[in-house]
Amino acid sequence: MGMDQAAFNIFARKYGISLVMVFMVVLLSVVSPTFRTSGNVLSVLLQVSINGILALGMVFVITAGGIDLSIGSMLALTSVIIGVTLNATGNILVACVLSIVATTIFGMLNGILVAKFKMIPFVVTLATQLVIRGVAYIISGGYSQSLANEDFKLIGGGKLFGVIPFPIIILFTVIVISFIILHNTKLGRYVYAVGGNVNAATASGVNVFRTLIATYVISGICCGVAGIIMTSRISAAQPNIGVGYETDAIAACVIGGTSFAGGVATIPGTVVGIVIIGLIYNGMNLVGINSYWQTITKGLLIIGAVMLDMFMNKKR
Amino acid sequence: MTGEDCVFRCEGIYKSFGGTHALTDVRLEVKRGEVHALLGENGAGKSTLMKIIIGLYRADQGSMFFEGKPYVCKGPAEALRSGISMIHQELNPEPHLTIAESIFLNREDTYGRSPFLKKAATNKRAAEVLEKFQFPVSPKTLMEELTLAQVQMIEIIKAVSCNSRLIIMDEPTSSLDSEETQRLFKTIRELKAKGVSIIYISHRMEEIFDICDRVSLFRDGQYIDTRVVSDVTKDELIAKMVGREVKNVFPKVECEKGEVVFKVEGLTGKGFDNIGFEVRAGEILGISGLVGSGRSETMRAIFGMDPLQAGKIYLDGAEIHIRRPQDAISKGICMVNEDRKGFGLCLNRSLRENISLPNLPRRQGGLIINSGRERDEVQDVAKTLTIKAASIESEAYSLSGGNQQKVVLAKWLMAVPKVLILDEPTRGVDVGAKSEIHTQMCKFAAAGMAIVMISSELPEIMGMSDRIVIFHEGKINGEVSRGQILSGEATQETILAKEFGE
Repeated sequence: MGMDQAAFNIFARKYGISLVMVFMVVLLSVVSPTFRTSGNVLSVLLQVSINGILALGMVFVITAGGIDLSIGSMLALTSVIIGVTLNATGNILVACVLSIVATTIFGMLNGILVAKFKMIPFVVTLATQLVIRGVAYIISGGYSQSLANEDFKLIGGGKLFGVIPFPIIILFTVIVISFIILHNTKLGRYVYAVGGNVNAATASGVNVFRTLIATYVISGICCGVAGIIMTSRISAAQPNIGVGYETDAIAACVIGGTSFAGGVATIPGTVVGIVIIGLIYNGMNLVGINSYWQTITKGLLIIGAVMLDMFMNKKR
Repeated sequence: MTGEDCVFRCEGIYKSFGGTHALTDVRLEVKRGEVHALLGENGAGKSTLMKIIIGLYRADQGSMFFEGKPYVCKGPAEALRSGISMIHQELNPEPHLTIAESIFLNREDTYGRSPFLKKAATNKRAAEVLEKFQFPVSPKTLMEELTLAQVQMIEIIKAVSCNSRLIIMDEPTSSLDSEETQRLFKTIRELKAKGVSIIYISHRMEEIFDICDRVSLFRDGQYIDTRVVSDVTKDELIAKMVGREVKNVFPKVECEKGEVVFKVEGLTGKGFDNIGFEVRAGEILGISGLVGSGRSETMRAIFGMDPLQAGKIYLDGAEIHIRRPQDAISKGICMVNEDRKGFGLCLNRSLRENISLPNLPRRQGGLIINSGRERDEVQDVAKTLTIKAASIESEAYSLSGGNQQKVVLAKWLMAVPKVLILDEPTRGVDVGAKSEIHTQMCKFAAAGMAIVMISSELPEIMGMSDRIVIFHEGKINGEVSRGQILSGEATQETILAKEFGE
């Protein structure tokens, strides 16, 4: 016991999950020669880009003590808004801006319902998820629309210098921005405080209302960005996409050490969580394990991560 | 006293939390069919002892006997089975259960051993016990439709229907009006006649003389004495409750008092009524009163944590309006809450983040935090307050109570307030840290801060304050100056008497 135990706990908490990631990488490198290729590294990153961006938005919401189940529907909303706008105007910028504005507004709606009316985040976003999905169906008339715009396809399919896919660049940009917001701004500090102890935050003069809304808005913006990439990659506007995407985003946060009790999370941790989810898909595919087992593995990892979190929380 | 006469007995009970001794060698004897009062200041150990009796806490040492047999208890459910129940001060009814369901919770009538309920039978049984207590409400009524007094009566009925021979009542009259109180007393007398014993905790002296047979006194976690109520006077009881030697261990520094910085008038809200006082620069104003006397409630409302129904607040002579803690902080009024873990700290965040949290708007201009400057400022204030931690990056939960309290102080010291409200600044803090906090308070005052300090500890409040305002049941019931204390004109006895409403 004593200092060594405490030091070990801090070490385990900080780096435990990174060790899991390293272990997975080493194991896969040994087992599968294909895994080691640079092409595969890029393909893992490309695969995780959409879920990654969603998780980076989600981490703010969970850290402030909430949850956002509406992100799957937000993807669909983005998709159909782009479809309608692009086919009507042909202007990519207008289409992207409009869709992000829409997801921002719905994010704000989530935030207001949670912060102003003190409704439970789970219930709020479970409900708005239905509303947003419905709006997406109404805008699209229920039909999938193929996108003819070749330039728009570049967002998801193009590569910088012909090597690095744009979604990876966008993912890294979002990582950097969210890192700065969570770790280096007053807003980030308030997010931690509200999630850590909302009473103490209030008593310290933190504007809890604005902070909560900000977290849902950030999640909404991330949904817009992820939705644009997704729409571009499937080059079609569909109102039925994104179902179940909240599971992977939440899983990435939790595996990355984000506490559902609120107040504990890091962006590097979340990134590790995102990569681990990517490795599960990629690695198991390479090794030839079918996708049913991937789902089970993901579920078990979440349970493991939450148990670790509870175990750590008991110490305090 | 042994044998038939004694229903409950405990002796040599010790209990400590961390380093603080909550109970030291405590004993208590309750006779069959008596109402036994427990009397003592806040923190004297009454509640801790009761929690040990009903099994919420485990005693570190000591033995208990109930009806002549050794009594060990692992929890309230077991206490209930043994025949001991407690009516808590804060009642927590299940609002959506009916009276019958509530009384027979966990003892429902079922069809044989099946899980299916015989509702009619339960209602009938409930109607019978309600009848016995002449409680004029249908057993099918929902708990949420009852008044507080009725909920309390249901709790008592439940206790009796569980065949409890010892009922603990913790401040049962605190939310009752006088008529309801009289009805409660009538019930208590009936229970007594049936041979049920009652441990009665109250801060209302009159009630003790009204309803109790004997009284046991506690002070600072120790058992002092048990007396027959008809043989003692109020003054004797108060003297015994205080009874400690007053040692001047407080590092009080007299300093020049300036202008009136802070003044409130006619403050009214939930739990306090028409409160007015003023504080000068460099002055430490002590607020004394029992828990529930409205002292903390008043301060919370001043700080914007709870709404004010009426009243005016003046800072530097100008009226100010505070709706939220942000308003108070931005005007230079800061408050250290009595509940350190609940309202003071984000336990899983670092010292640095906790200390700078309320200071970010003023100290960090831009969007992005200048972490170098933040670290320096936090280091400085942590050093001033001699916070002992591995580093300022240590999480708050890893610190001792005393250091946690210093972190809360550091938050507000960094804000350089004009008015600092301290609610129980040294509760649960070890002796060394306590003295350091007192020294710092004197330094703040010397620097011209106006300080308002709430404390339940009479020696602390008498040792540190320039003036003491005494609260009783939501109103101010007297004021004492430092001069009166130093001259011996005001003593612990006179202050405590005022706290008890004399």
